[in-house]
Amino acid sequence: MRSILPILTVVAAIFVLWYAAAVGLNSAWAQDKAKRAGTSLTFSELVADTWSQDKPKLPAPHQVAQEIWKTTGAMVAKGRAFSKRSLIYHSWITFSSTALGFVLGTGLGVALAIGIVYNRTMDMSVMPWVIASQTIPILAIAPMIIVVLNAVGVSGLLPKAMISMYLSFFPVVVGMVKGLRSPAMMQLDQMHTWNASASQTFWKLRLPSSMPYLFTSLKIAMAASLVGAIVGELPTGAVAGLGARLLAGSYYGQTIQIWSALIMAATLAAVLVGLIGMIQRITLKRMGMAQ
Amino acid sequence: MSVIEARDLSLVFQTNDGPVQALSNVNLTIGKGEFVSFIGPSGCGKTTFLRVMAALETPTSGSITVNGMTADEARRKRAYGYVFQAAGLYPWRTIAGNIKLPLEIMGYSKADQEERVERVLKLVDLDGFGRKFPWQLSGGMQQRASIARALAFDADILLMDEPFGALDEIVRDHLNEQLLDLWARTEKTIGFVTHSIPEAVYLSTKIVVMSPRPGRITDVIESTLPRERPLDIRDTPEFLEIAHRVREGLRAGHADV
Repeated sequence: MRSILPILTVVAAIFVLWYAAAVGLNSAWAQDKAKRAGTSLTFSELVADTWSQDKPKLPAPHQVAQEIWKTTGAMVAKGRAFSKRSLIYHSWITFSSTALGFVLGTGLGVALAIGIVYNRTMDMSVMPWVIASQTIPILAIAPMIIVVLNAVGVSGLLPKAMISMYLSFFPVVVGMVKGLRSPAMMQLDQMHTWNASASQTFWKLRLPSSMPYLFTSLKIAMAASLVGAIVGELPTGAVAGLGARLLAGSYYGQTIQIWSALIMAATLAAVLVGLIGMIQRITLKRMGMAQ
Repeated sequence: MSVIEARDLSLVFQTNDGPVQALSNVNLTIGKGEFVSFIGPSGCGKTTFLRVMAALETPTSGSITVNGMTADEARRKRAYGYVFQAAGLYPWRTIAGNIKLPLEIMGYSKADQEERVERVLKLVDLDGFGRKFPWQLSGGMQQRASIARALAFDADILLMDEPFGALDEIVRDHLNEQLLDLWARTEKTIGFVTHSIPEAVYLSTKIVVMSPRPGRITDVIESTLPRERPLDIRDTPEFLEIAHRVREGLRAGHADV
């Protein structure tokens, strides 16, 4: 509870800066309007105008909040939570490809890590490719994944999920290789003196040892997955999803819509990463490994 | 009856700085039920020899048999309980869970596992601690738990690599006494690596003095002390005489380097 005050202080500072920046960035347009109307603005009129424009360069926090409420809470109240104008609907679309991509990416990452740890050839050959895969800008490769998959008749959720997977398997591979190799030489020797099989060593020693590493990786993978899902919606002319919302907003100069989609994406990421943090705490506590 | 027989055993490690002769022409016979200590300065190969016995290292030349088999065959038959320098308990398992680990691996039945855990916890004076996690126990208790783990299955050879090295003198004395008691009750053959002369003399029926570069045996001392050993036996002239001979052996090993 003692951390509340510092957090609130930072939040307050951000709001002050945000409002100030809104005044600075939007005042040119306000002055322009006044000039054409042949009037001049007092300081308080100027501030009021910069905080209430329709298409401001930087919308003020309360404008974004109103827009978010209009597209979430108010829609729910009207019983239209899943209408196309609702951010809940768009978040759901993005979430479903994030989740699928995350599951696929985690699966692929763990599988590759096991291969790398247990197979010398894979150890030598796979890791450079894994790293190379991440040096390609995702924006460059995303449209191609969509086009290629479309050509073979796969469309809808899966292509977007593949892009999420592409981004999210990497931290899992790196974390799990480290985690599966974390048991001390002594512990492996001990397994050897008990004549434990390779699978016993894996299930009873390597896998439990890797848990703290896995969860750290999963948090990064989840955030990367969300980025992948949003990026996957951008170049494809998708009509639904937070990425589509961002794109539509930028076409029509709807900065308020862009910002509300951004805040929604950030909230979604925070919730998903927080969820993994919770599972981590519960798991490590049940394993007796929590501090 | 001999349990372990090493003949002309040598082991050379290939390192980046060239070959290192870790063991050179080691000949040693260990009889059933003996308590053998290996003592010597760092680099004398005492730990390496213990690891060769447990088939954790393969000798470059010479031979070693354990219960009439090769060391690796003996390992497959689960002939060893090995206690390392650090307790090495799994932090995600309780003390009972840690002791069960080798039993699970070796396929003992659930009921048998429970019964064995109870028994060995009593043996090392830890009954009632089964449900604690390792971090809730002191260093000495953790090391006792790791000894219990090595005793839980039916290995007739117990190999211990400086198990009490990291513990203070008082705890060490206590554990030494308990270990002798344990040995008397279980009749296991014990190989014990140590840095401490009093510890070696107090515990052993046979003391193997080793010296480094190359790692070799310089003296094997058969103890004349009785099997029944209270702690104050360490003040008797007989004890001091054996300790003196060990010290002489260690010094001789150093002199010709």
